[in-house]
Amino acid sequence: MSIKHAEEYRDKKLSRSLIQEIQKNSRKPVRLMEVCGTHTVSIFKYGIRSILPKTISLLSGPGCPVCVTAQGEIDAFIELSRKKDVIITTFGDLMRVPGSNSSLQQERAKGQDIRMVYSAFDALEIAKINPDKEVVFLGVGFETTAPTIAASVLSAQVMNLTNFSVISAHKKVVPALTALLQTKEVNINGFLLPGHVSVIIGAGAYRGFIKNYPIPCVIAGFEPVDILTSIHMLIKQIETGKKDLENAYPRAVTEEGNSKAKSLLNTVFQSGNAIWRGIGPIPDSGLFFQKAYEAFDATRRFQISYQQTPEPKGCACGEVLTGIKTPLDCTLYKKICTPLHPVGPCMVSSEGICAAYDKYHVENNRGSCNDD
Amino acid sequence: MCLAIPSKIIRIVGDMGTVDVDGVKRDVSLLMIEEPQLGDYVIVHAGFAIHKIDEITAKETLQLLKEALAFVEKDDISN
Ligand code: SF4
Repeated sequence: MSIKHAEEYRDKKLSRSLIQEIQKNSRKPVRLMEVCGTHTVSIFKYGIRSILPKTISLLSGPGCPVCVTAQGEIDAFIELSRKKDVIITTFGDLMRVPGSNSSLQQERAKGQDIRMVYSAFDALEIAKINPDKEVVFLGVGFETTAPTIAASVLSAQVMNLTNFSVISAHKKVVPALTALLQTKEVNINGFLLPGHVSVIIGAGAYRGFIKNYPIPCVIAGFEPVDILTSIHMLIKQIETGKKDLENAYPRAVTEEGNSKAKSLLNTVFQSGNAIWRGIGPIPDSGLFFQKAYEAFDATRRFQISYQQTPEPKGCACGEVLTGIKTPLDCTLYKKICTPLHPVGPCMVSSEGICAAYDKYHVENNRGSCNDD
Repeated sequence: MCLAIPSKIIRIVGDMGTVDVDGVKRDVSLLMIEEPQLGDYVIVHAGFAIHKIDEITAKETLQLLKEALAFVEKDDISN
């Protein structure tokens, strides 16, 4: 079997035809939002913003997991890392996110045991070989990540690993879409829905949302042809007055999603209210431990309570994540806030929109300065 | 966090497997996919294969897209 199709989804000729179609069909000025950090990266990497007609503005929504993590949660992670005999395990993106007065990276430099892992299973290994230490995994991410963490909790139970626990700061995408549309200042004409979250939750998970808040939505993959096809579908819906859900990524996304992953997720976690950076509290948008697994809940084990800490002064991450502002509207952007000295998480994460603006030298809100 | 490119399964040992993506090999859990086979292309996220790419649908989607675009081009000429 070949991987030929993956290359074909990068085909330049096909992409060009799609761009022509988009140009031909797009009349009204529209604002389309993606809600997935991997989309942000793909859109910039392939220069998609700069090749679209001027009528189309692309916005990056609350889809970068680290960026939507509340300041109070970041502070709690840092606090926990200072406890004696605790090993913190995390995905790399969290390391440099500034808390109110430190970051995990700074704590590590001071000697705290904080380790980057590639999978939650790696954290189990660390727990196994360090029986006299408490190993805590910082669970940040959406429905794509949560089942992997759930699988590690179930394994820890089977392995009888009593020194392993997880902070579940996982979040759900659909409640965030709802919250965005309920926010007055937010102005969005269509959503590019996250491909890999949709692999897990399935297209069916959006049906209730679209029924209650009709808006053009297309589930999108990550290759240039995928993204352009999705934008084309959105434009066609908008120009013809449709407000439907379409799946432009059927090779990966089914109506039901991944039932094994969903069952892992629902076995270990349940929905509850969570605070999102920039948006605030959203009902049923967080994933927290089910009663049967609360022995693995690090917030219980270490009696962590989140404080409502204010976000860094002057940082516009919140408005950027809701599409109200762009990084260029932030007075700190590139002056005080740089990838080397980030003020907010949107400049830290490789999936953050401020980091992408900086990396691709965006000088206007349409594309990169290399626009021709 | 996500790897946007599909990875090929080159080894299976129980619930674990090794995948190859552009020459880089990684161990992944196969817990979340049905009947993994050597040579399958999977989407990998945080050390887990989360989906087996449906090759037939992948080809069909491209075919439909090409037909749609070709159709549009033809339409243009006739106008
Ligand atoms: S540029 Fe920095 S300070 Fe401004 S919104 Fe982005 S992360 Fe926040």
